[in-house]
This record gives sequence, C-alpha cells and structure tokens, in this order.
Amino acid sequence: MTAGTSAAAPRQSLRADDDPQAALRTQPVKIAVGLVGMILTVWALGNLFLAFGFYPEKFGSKIVIGLLAIVAGVGGAAVIFYFLNMFVEGLPARLSEGLIPYAFILPGFALVALMLIYPTFQTINYSFANSDSTAYVGLQNYRTIFGDSEFWSSIVNNVLWLVIVPAVVVAFGVVVAVLSDKLSANGEKFAKSLIFLPMAISSVSAVSIWALVYSYNNPGQAQTGLLNAIWTSLGGDPQTWLQISTAKLNSILLMVILIWLQAGFAMVLLSSAIKGVPEDTLEAARIDGAGEFQIFWQVVIPQIKGTIITVFVTVFITVLKIFDIVYVSTNGQYGTNVIANLFFNKLFAASEAGQATAIVVVLLLAVTPLIWYQIKHFRDEEANR
Amino acid sequence: MSRKLMKDGRPRSPFSITVMALLALLWSIPTIGLLITSFRTRDDAQSSGWWTALFNPFGANWTASNYSGAWTGQDFGSGFINSLVVAIPATIIPIMFAAFAAYAFTFMDFRFKELFFLLIIAVMVVPIQVAFQPMLGILGPRGLGISGQYIAVWLLHTGFGMPLCIYTLRNYMSTLPRSVVESAKIDGCSHYQTFWRLVAPMSIPAIAAFATLQFLWVWNDLLVAKLFLKSENTTVIVKLQQLLGTQGQGQELLTAGAFISIIVPMIVFVTLQRFMIRGMTSGAVKG
Repeated sequence: MTAGTSAAAPRQSLRADDDPQAALRTQPVKIAVGLVGMILTVWALGNLFLAFGFYPEKFGSKIVIGLLAIVAGVGGAAVIFYFLNMFVEGLPARLSEGLIPYAFILPGFALVALMLIYPTFQTINYSFANSDSTAYVGLQNYRTIFGDSEFWSSIVNNVLWLVIVPAVVVAFGVVVAVLSDKLSANGEKFAKSLIFLPMAISSVSAVSIWALVYSYNNPGQAQTGLLNAIWTSLGGDPQTWLQISTAKLNSILLMVILIWLQAGFAMVLLSSAIKGVPEDTLEAARIDGAGEFQIFWQVVIPQIKGTIITVFVTVFITVLKIFDIVYVSTNGQYGTNVIANLFFNKLFAASEAGQATAIVVVLLLAVTPLIWYQIKHFRDEEANR
Repeated sequence: MSRKLMKDGRPRSPFSITVMALLALLWSIPTIGLLITSFRTRDDAQSSGWWTALFNPFGANWTASNYSGAWTGQDFGSGFINSLVVAIPATIIPIMFAAFAAYAFTFMDFRFKELFFLLIIAVMVVPIQVAFQPMLGILGPRGLGISGQYIAVWLLHTGFGMPLCIYTLRNYMSTLPRSVVESAKIDGCSHYQTFWRLVAPMSIPAIAAFATLQFLWVWNDLLVAKLFLKSENTTVIVKLQQLLGTQGQGQELLTAGAFISIIVPMIVFVTLQRFMIRGMTSGAVKG
C-alpha cells in the first residue's frame, strides 16, 4: 500500500499540469488559498449559524432556517474538506502524503473528542469537585452517594432491568424469528412489520401509549385502562399499577414497555441469522432422526450464537442507560428509580453536579467491560474479513 | 394428513400462524388504543375504554378536535417544525464528516490508525450522560453562548452520532473492492477525487442505513432537546413530555399529541425499513 502510494504520486502530477516536479515542491499559493479558504468558511458558517439563533426573524420562517442549515451544513462541510485538501496538497509531496489521512479524520474525530472523549475525563474530574464544580472535595461525593439508600435501590433496579430485559428480548426475538420463518412470505412480512413498528416510537410516546394500558379509575367508574378493565372483569379491584412496588411489579411493568420497543430489533437480527442457517445441516439432522425441537436446540441455536450475543450486548447497553421511560412515567418514585434517572435529578433538580458526575462515573465503570467486549468483537470480525 | 402446502411448497404450520397472529395483535393493541382514543371526545374517553368505541363505532362520538387542540393550543405545531429543523441537519451533517474519516480508516495507512479506530469503538459505548455537565459549560452562557439554539443541538447530535456513523460506513467501505480505489489512484485521482467520484456514490446504501437510524434517534431524543433547546425551539417530543407531566387539564390532547410525535418516524420507518435493517445488521451499537 505504502509503496503504491509513493509510486503513484508523481504520475498524478503528470496529468495535473505537465510539470513533473510540481507536486513534489511546496506550493505556497495552494497552502495560502487552502488556509484562508478554511478560515473564511468556518467564519462564515459560524456567523450564519449564530444569525439563525439571534436574528431568526430575518429569515422569515423556521422552515427557511432549516433549509439553509441543511445547505450550509452539508455544503460547508464539503467546502471545508476542499480547502483542507488543497492546503495539504500544497505541502511538499512527502509531507502531504503523510498528512492527508489525518486531514480526512480530523473534523470527525475532533467532534468526537470534543463531545465524548474530553467530557468523559472532565466528568471524572468533576466527580471529585463540589456541587457547582468550583472546588475539589476529594472523595466526598462518592461517600455521599454510596451512603444514599436511593443510590443502592437504583442499582438494584438497574440490575433487575439488566437481568430481565435483555434475556426476555432475545428469547422473544428467537421465538418470533423461528415461528415467522414458517409462515408464507407475505404473512411473515406483515407479522414482522407489526412487531418491528414500535422501533420507530420514542420512549416518551411509548409511555403515552402505555398510559392507556396502565391507567386507573376509581372503583365504581368504568375502567378506561386496558389492564384494569381486564383485572376488574376477572373480579379484582382497580389498581394504580405503577405505584405498586410489591415484588417490583411497577418496575416490571415499565420493563414491558422497553421489551415492547426492543423486541422488533432482536427479531430482525435473529431472523436474518436463522435464514442464514444452511438448509443441509437441518436436513442432515432430520435424516439422523432428530426431532424439530432437538434440531432447534442442537443445530440452529449453535449456528446463530454469534447474533444472539450481539443482540444481547446491544440491548444490555441500552438497558444499562435506561432513562426516558422511567423519567417520563414515574420519575423514579414508588421505588422505580434507576441510575441514569438518579443522575438527571441530582444534576438538574438538586443541582448537585459533584454527586451527579460521580453517579455517571459509576455508570462508566459499568460499561468498561463492554468496551473491551466491543473491541474484541471488532478484532474477531477483522480477522475473519 | 390434511396439512396443506403453501404456494412455495412448504407445509402450512397452523401453530406458527396462530401464535404469530396473536403476537402481532398483542404488539399492535397499545398503538391501536392510542389512535382510537385520539379521535374520541374528552367525555367519551373518560367514561369508557377505547375498545368500546372499536366494538360500537357508530354509537361513539368521534372528533378531530384533539388534534387541532394539540397542534395549536399546546403548540405541537411549532414543536413539529422544530423537530424537523433539528432532525434533518443533525442527520446529514455527521454523514459528511464521518464519510471522510471512514474513507481514511478504510483506504489509507497512517500511524496510530488502529488506536484512533479503537477509540471510536470505545466511545460508541460511553453513555452520553458524561457530556451534559461539561457541554452545558462549553455551550452555555459562560462558554460559546449557543445553548438553546438549534446549532447547539446539531453539534451535539453530530458528535454523538459520529462514532456509530464512522463505524457503520467503515464496515461497509471495507467490503468495497480495494482494486477500484487503487486503479483510480493509478489514473491520477487524488484521494479527494476518489472519495467524491467513487467511494461516496458506492457507499450510498450504508449512508442511507445510517441516515435512517440517526433520523429516528434524533427525532425521538428527549434528553439533548430538553437540556439544550430553549422553549420556543423545542421539539415535539419535549412538548409531549411536558404535557405528560401535567395532570387533568389537556389530558385528552395527550393522545393526539403522541400521535403527532409518532407519525413522521413511522413514515420514515415504513418507507426506509429496508435500509434500517441493513444499518442494524452491520453490528452497530449507540451510546
């Protein structure tokens, strides 16, 4: 690869301007134009976007702002890359060849560094500081949160979510994938679309939808909530379902919402994995006299194990950070609190930035093994490419 | 043996048909309930369950006033426009940056390439909660002063979506034949030209896949919009969350508001499902 690159560079210049030495020398004009162009573009974009914020009336309507933002955002990014490329090409050939890759990854990586990498370290830093991040307090925040019973009950709930939701979602996904595989093509498409559809729905909308299932009316009134309607028709008294913390019932009812949202995701991935199981392995098992159930456990499952793990890990990561559903439905009351919601309330309702960031650090520690897993997974995939 | 065969010759499985029909119904019931309730009058919705209107459609009082009430009265109309203004640029802008980075990660060799890419994979898992306190500082009045504006949210979603986008595009680009890029180089194309003329057009399926996922993610996002948009710029999801929080007054508008918030992602979903599945099967996880 490297050898090919250096051999190709001079040929490129032959076509470019018939001066074989041009690309090898420093081209100050290119450097200057590239540099000035980049600065001007960033400056112009910055001003345009600030104008959207501070003088929105000048643009007529929000739709105009949106359209301009799309054109300027996409066009601007292209122009920045154009000048960046020109700048790097203007440098002496050897330097230029070495720098172009960094120029290509710089804008994207800079944003990742600014939005995710720097904040990770800053958050760890803030977790040792006071409530408005102005002075260090040592391990005080960690002592406070570890001494807080709400923190431990949130941890217990998070663990419960992690134990139940990914397993149920994966099991459901496998069952649906297997059963739908036996339907006619149209039937399969239709049934899968309906189960997949909640993927498009936000957690907030999902809670609004499920409010119609869990809602409560006083005894004697007609029950407008589906669950209470069924419950009372079976002879029970109407219940305020999301306030019942006995046996973590309310947390489990909230988990149902997430399972409803995520099941389609698991189904789609597992379904495509099951369709990839070679027919002859199934035939061979049938000839050997294995029953359908045996075939499923001993032939199909081992062959889709990789996908099962991928789906499990993906749902696991989603569940680890579960926030919206709990925040919007109970805001952690009635013993349903979870870590991400506790963080949110510490940061904004209680203005305790130190404790809030300490909670995020706990969350970060929890995801660290998953980072290791993701990297290992990536390396395995690369090895198989 | 009365088992009938399907058109493609496989035996029909009554068990699978029954179970799948039940599951599909079970999965649809909550959404159907929302849709029906959103067209019922306040009195009806409070005095009987939505299924009574389904079983007796001519005896029920239907109305569209919940929608007009939510759209104008509760300002879901402007929330809807805001959601579009937030979501479309926040979908397209990260793709621009990520595509160049993915190109470099796929077709170029450079020092620390592996390290940079592993960092990208690592931050895919990092919870975005880490960003709130530091970013509120940087974007807020003591920093750049753009918190509350659309640009702040575009930037944040671009940053948060970037690792997944780079990862997805790189995975796809590495399936493209390397010989195409090599021969373009021999023909005298610079990397910049190769990217625009060859690799970007060939990567359209992966770009569409990511765009679908990112659009749904941005449209459905609550946290970033709630924290970084001022109230007149806020999205339909935040409006819905605020309406959910108020008891009593305006409760009949909630179902209509919820449906307004669902309709765009649902259309995107139904039309671009194909791409979305492809995006998901590329093994991506988002923080």
